Amino acid sequence: MGGTAAAAGLAAGAFVAGRATASEGDAPARRTDAFSFRGEHQAGITTPAQDRLHFAAFDVTTGSRAQLIALLQAWTEAADRMTRGLPAGEGGPTEGASNLPPDDTGEAIGLPASGLTITFGFGPSLFRDEQGRDRFGIADRQPAALRTLPHFPADMLDPERSYGDLCVQACADDPQVAVHAIRNLARIGFGTVAVRWSQLGFGRTSTTSTSQSTPRNLFGFKDGTANVKAEEPAAVEKHVWVGAEDDAKAAWLAGGSYLVTRRINMHIETWDRQPLGDQEGFVGRTKASGAPLSGGQEHSEPDFEMPGSEGPVIPVDAHVRVVHPDFHQGARMLRRGYNFVDGSNPLGGLDAGLFFIAFVRDPDTHFIPIQNAMAKSDALMEYLKVTGSALFAAPPGAAAGEYVGQALFEA
Amino acid sequence: MRKTVAAALLVAAPLLAACTENTRADGEDTGDTRAVSVTSTDDGCELSAVEAPAGTLTFDVKNDGSQVTEFYLLGEDGLRIVGEVENIGPQLSRELVVNAPAGSYVTACKPGMKGDGIRADFTVSESDDAPSASADDQGVVDQALANYQAYVQDQSDQLVAKTEEFVQLYKDGDDDAARALYPEARVHWERIETVAESFGDLDPMMDAREADLEEGQEWTGWHRIEKDLWPPATGYQALTPAERAEYADDLMANTETLDGRVQELTYTVDQIANGSRGLLEEVATGKVTGEEEIWSHTDLWDFQANVDGARVAYEGVQPIVEAKDPELAATLTERFAALQALLDEQKTDTGFVFYDDLSQDEIQALSNAVNALSEPLSRLTAAVLS
Repeated sequence: MGGTAAAAGLAAGAFVAGRATASEGDAPARRTDAFSFRGEHQAGITTPAQDRLHFAAFDVTTGSRAQLIALLQAWTEAADRMTRGLPAGEGGPTEGASNLPPDDTGEAIGLPASGLTITFGFGPSLFRDEQGRDRFGIADRQPAALRTLPHFPADMLDPERSYGDLCVQACADDPQVAVHAIRNLARIGFGTVAVRWSQLGFGRTSTTSTSQSTPRNLFGFKDGTANVKAEEPAAVEKHVWVGAEDDAKAAWLAGGSYLVTRRINMHIETWDRQPLGDQEGFVGRTKASGAPLSGGQEHSEPDFEMPGSEGPVIPVDAHVRVVHPDFHQGARMLRRGYNFVDGSNPLGGLDAGLFFIAFVRDPDTHFIPIQNAMAKSDALMEYLKVTGSALFAAPPGAAAGEYVGQALFEA
Repeated sequence: MRKTVAAALLVAAPLLAACTENTRADGEDTGDTRAVSVTSTDDGCELSAVEAPAGTLTFDVKNDGSQVTEFYLLGEDGLRIVGEVENIGPQLSRELVVNAPAGSYVTACKPGMKGDGIRADFTVSESDDAPSASADDQGVVDQALANYQAYVQDQSDQLVAKTEEFVQLYKDGDDDAARALYPEARVHWERIETVAESFGDLDPMMDAREADLEEGQEWTGWHRIEKDLWPPATGYQALTPAERAEYADDLMANTETLDGRVQELTYTVDQIANGSRGLLEEVATGKVTGEEEIWSHTDLWDFQANVDGARVAYEGVQPIVEAKDPELAATLTERFAALQALLDEQKTDTGFVFYDDLSQDEIQALSNAVNALSEPLSRLTAAVLS
């Protein structure tokens, strides 16, 4: 999806990978990178977007706070290991006792870390149940902005693809590595959590670093041209990380971020029948280079005032205009979405679209107004159907010896 | 999983039962007099030592032959199995770790897995580290084995009695009564399902579902009769009284054959532990999905019976697990209880809610509880043998 303004800065972010500057089609060179799981912020946010995704949401099935904490400790340990390219458990897939199931499932034997990042989040339902009762003694720490997202026009949500008490985003350059991570974490969680839904994504639709070229979504357009990028530290601070003063009740979330997911189905076959000129008008960019219809190159600033033969040259309902920060008090998102194809529907159409992921400092200012504007007046909505939706709070990174989200439960 | 091996060998002294491991954490340890290298070839069985001090012995068995081999540590009589490691393919190595007190033993490599094997004497000498097989522990194990054997025999007896009653009702055309008894009789089958299934000839004749059949295979047994008692609305030809009698008598005869064989069975603790895990796997793959009883929808009776059998098996070895891994024992006890609480919610005056009346949320909750129990249960056998 088109989007927010480019203001490419410099300065490396928190990611570990040694990478050259921008070049086209350089993904294979990164396949053996390893990103540190621990740090000030969780990895998998400003980390250069990997090519593959497996995202899972979980429901907590225990009422025990101690069990929940024990799971977060076990998950932290396993995530720390797997992101270094090690097996999920200390025994490993083939070295343990032959009369025990191995503590790693083994499909990642011989594969490098592949840029794996594992990012955890907490949903509103972790804090309070449907009746508003405190589930784990943390209700008084629920961030004000962490609520079930409101219904947006044209939402056709499937509850089995929406919401969740916990989430895990696993991204890697090898799909087997991402699936291995979710599979092993789910296994560790049996008895404490159950998978509510999960989603595979096979092609990043955003860039989170200026070192990456802009990929295309399933509409065939470049996506994420104007994303917040790791090399813009001031923009990342302003738009992505929750500040220490943002929410008095939720100091634990400082240095974290809000994670929005939206499963956006595309009416692929209908879209493909639209004339090229119409497609470009819906998006507000050219299909070939991604330049705004007001001219220039991919990264040129769009000129929303430039007149055309009938109204502005960038149409009033073009996606790039409707969601642009100029019309939303400058609010920008760090988007990290993935294309998905889950086979075909019963009528033979592709069950496909964009699994939208965004990290924002405050969904009330950085997501909900923009989504409302899009749902109300974006020309693209004709070709979209939102089937899944969720909001999570992604805590800050875990330091050595800590578990992810520790500040929520202690101190 | 593999079916429980019911054609039991001699009951090995379970405290001495071996566990096998692929590698040792400490790697090469040539100075350890309790570490013995074994090289099995097509016509030889070479040991690096013929004597070791009492304690935990590690036999590192390498197959340098061209056939699959086995290695045994046998008692002085050459019959009692103290420890064994099976299925070692050519050029592969496996370890046998076994706790052995002082005494005379016999070692055997069995290339080709046939015959008596290539045997030699082996001596375990007195040592301060000798294992203490306390009388109490041995008593616990003996009790567990005896109890489980009695449980299986009792369930088999009840299965015979109720099947007899059921097939008579069915032959007499008293369909309402037959339908009411169907799930209650099958409870006794499902409680010992892993044992019953270990008889590979009887299981398909007694418990095959229509979807299990090969092209051209004749369909007999419980589910054949199930379909006749709960027939599909269209396109089904009801069985004639003569056909009914044929299927009913066949089921009864097979049930009696099963009962006869069950009386002969003995068990080892690891077989009991494996049986517990296997019964939960039956739940996960057949019952919680509603695939077992697609016509009668009485899956929850089977579900409960599988859980009963798994719990009885677990409770038999529970004192052993509590001594060796108290945390695992606590988790298993708690999760059996959690699963039972969910099943209790579905109980009715006549048994259980029918599977097709369950909501998706209820099925999901049951499935979550089965997963929660199955994961720690997969470590039960190793804990019992540790």
